[in-house]
Parts: sequence; C-alpha cells; structure tokens
Amino acid sequence: MSGFNKVVDTYEQAMAGLEDGMTVIAGGFGLCGIPEGLIAQIKTMGTRDLTVVSNNCGVDGFGLGLLLEDKQIRKMVSSYVGENALFEQQLLNGELEVELTPQGTLAEKMRAGGAGIPAFYTATGYGTPVGDGKEVREFNGRPYILEEAITGDFAIVKAWKADTYGNCIYRHTAQNFNPMAATAGKITVVEVEEIVAPGEIPPSEIHTPGIYVNRVIKGSFEKRIERKVTAN
Amino acid sequence: MALTREQIAMRVAKEFKDGDYVNLGIGIPTLAANYVPEGIDVMLQSENGLLGMGRYPTEAEVDADMINAGKETVTAITGASIFSSAESFAMIRGGHVDFTVLGAFEVDANGNIASWMIPGKLVKGMGGAMDLVAGAKNIIVTMTHADKHGNSKLLADCTLPLTGVNCITRIITDLAVLEVRDGAFHLTERAPGVSIEEIQAKTAGPLVVPDSVPEMVL
Repeated sequence: MSGFNKVVDTYEQAMAGLEDGMTVIAGGFGLCGIPEGLIAQIKTMGTRDLTVVSNNCGVDGFGLGLLLEDKQIRKMVSSYVGENALFEQQLLNGELEVELTPQGTLAEKMRAGGAGIPAFYTATGYGTPVGDGKEVREFNGRPYILEEAITGDFAIVKAWKADTYGNCIYRHTAQNFNPMAATAGKITVVEVEEIVAPGEIPPSEIHTPGIYVNRVIKGSFEKRIERKVTAN
Repeated sequence: MALTREQIAMRVAKEFKDGDYVNLGIGIPTLAANYVPEGIDVMLQSENGLLGMGRYPTEAEVDADMINAGKETVTAITGASIFSSAESFAMIRGGHVDFTVLGAFEVDANGNIASWMIPGKLVKGMGGAMDLVAGAKNIIVTMTHADKHGNSKLLADCTLPLTGVNCITRIITDLAVLEVRDGAFHLTERAPGVSIEEIQAKTAGPLVVPDSVPEMVL
C-alpha cells in the first residue's frame, strides 16, 4: 500500500509546487503549534505575494513573522495581529493588507472550506464593521451575516505524531487551528515531531484522518513560548 | 470609594453559579478566577481550545504546547478537555458557555458594545470577542465607569465601531452594578461610599435609579 505513504524526506519536497500569489492556510495559535520548518522553507524559497490565512502572524523574527522580513506576504487573514512591529510598519506603509476576521468565524471558514460548504450564516459580527457589505438574513427573528468559506492552495500544519498514511494526532493546545487547516488545503503538508507506523496511533484517537493529508515531514521544533507565566 | 481592579473582580465572581462554564477575557475578567466563592465550582473555557483551564504552571510544569487564549503558559485541571478552535467556537457560538466576562471601551443603553477598535489607532484585531458576545447566554462587561479624562463609557449610543449589538445585559464598573434593558441603564448596586450623584454624573446614557440602591457586598 505504498500509494498511501505520505512521508517526504526534504523540505523542498514538502513545499514543492508553492508559487507566487498562492493562498496558504497555516495552523497555530500565537507561536503554539506552528509548522516551524515549513514556514522556514517558504522563507528559503522566497515565494512572494502570498495570502496567508492564520489566526496570528507570529512575532518579529519567528513563526510567520519570518515571512514579513522579505515582504513575502501580500495579505493576512487573521483575528489578531498585534504581536510584531514589522507587521505594523508594513501595514501602515500599505505594503501589507489585513482582513481581520473573528476567531470563531475564521475557524469555521476553514472548517467549511474543507467540508465543501461554500458559505454559512453566523450572528458573529452582525452590526459591526465585519458585517459591512455582507448579506443579512433573519432566522427565528435574529439577524445573521453570510460568511464565505476559505480554501488554500496549500495548508501547512503542525501535528505531534503522524503515521506514514498521514493520520495525525495533536498534543495539548497545540491542536488549535491545525485540524481545520488540514482539511482546507488543496495540498496539505503536515510537519510532525514523530512519524510512526500505521496502527501505532489507535484509530479512535486520530484527530486528522490521513485522507486530508498529502505530505508528512519530520521536523525539529524550537517551540518558542510567547508568554511564559509561572505560579509562585 | 471607587473599586480597585481586584474589587471589581471580586464582585464579578459573586455572579458565578455552581456548575457554570465560564469564559474570562484578558485583564480584570481573568482576575475573577481568583475570587470564586467557597463551595462554587466553575469550569473555565479558554477559546484556543481548553475547557478546564487551571492555574499557571510551576517552572517544571511549563510546556510550550499548553497555553491559554492570552498565549500564557497554563495547566489543565483534572477533568479538562482539549479540542480544536472550531470545536471551541461551536461551544461559544452555540450558546453552551454559560457566562462570558469581558472588558469594553464603551457600552450603550441598547446593549451594544465597542471593545476592539479605536479609529486612528493601530487595530490589532477582535480575536474571539465578537464570537463571545454573539454567543454567550450571559455576558458581564467589566470596565471603569469613566475614562481617565472623566468621560463616561456608558453612553446613549456607542461612538466607536461595535463588537456586538444588543447583547450586553449587565455591567460591573468601579462605581456600580447596572442592568441594561428597555433602552436604559438600570442602577442596581453602588460601590461602598459612592454616591448616586457621582454615578449619575458619570453615566452619559439614560439611567434609571430606583428608590433604594444598596451598596455592593464584596
């Protein structure tokens, strides 16, 4: 069944086919659960004019913030982007466009995109700038706005373990947006801490079934902590 | 005397009922977790995908894969569950979270809230706030009654871009507890030693003052 073997050996293979102007959906929340090596590979490739869909845009010098250094990102679709000075500078210069999207709407846009649902109604954002220009419809007396799904040319995902078939499991809150991102890429690439044999992850504990996954690569992770807070 | 941040948090915590699932925003709302009354169990939801958020970790427990929605390292309590962002917001948007407590720049007499954007200043984003105010059964806003220049934050109509419409029913400020209904703020409690006149002076929107307004019990 080698047709199901998704493992690639190099980052060049992992991101092969990424071109200027493409849309990349990235998993992660802040710096937690981000595909560090895949982001670094995009920086190495120098791909430009990217639309990146991710809850945040990393920090200066790490995570998706790396792709700002050479101005590779044309547009970010995110819920919160306040963590890096370079982002702010490029936004104010007009070099970078941002589409602020409520966090739950962003997750649902990815989920819907991966599930073949082109759009959905939600109460979130009705009556706010997010709802401007969007179709409004009432259900049971309450107004909702129509939000469109998102799919990506690529999805880049960080999982804890994957088997060679691409079945994935996430660790703790590093799960976050990764499972939805995984479903929404035309090509979904998963970077993992460990690759195991099929069957080693019990079938009922798999978070992302391998059908969504095209490529798996074993990475090594710095796992930088954004805000370390400890109990006294 | 106007309440301190900790005292506002103490008053918020008195709203919790045993068995509530609660989402606390960053700032004063988060402090409320420190004052949950004896005999009351609440379970904290963190919108990055954790139900049953615990205390901050010890140095030995710090784990980069274990954070809260403020991106701080945390622990999970026994009996916690961890899930995706879509699942997390299904809980929030589906009305399964009993209580949301969050801060605001402005609230108006129609229950509208503005909390994420000041035109002319850099806009960082709404995060999960729009989902939370659209979805929770019960929302409490905590904020100072007036800004540092003395301008009221309780208005007839919000002036800033909104986070949500017609969704706020209860406000706890450093001066008072108020309910929002029928197009007005209804004063229900005042901070110890704070006069009705001061509250009236600092409430720009329509304010209904009943004959008797008890002092808060903290």
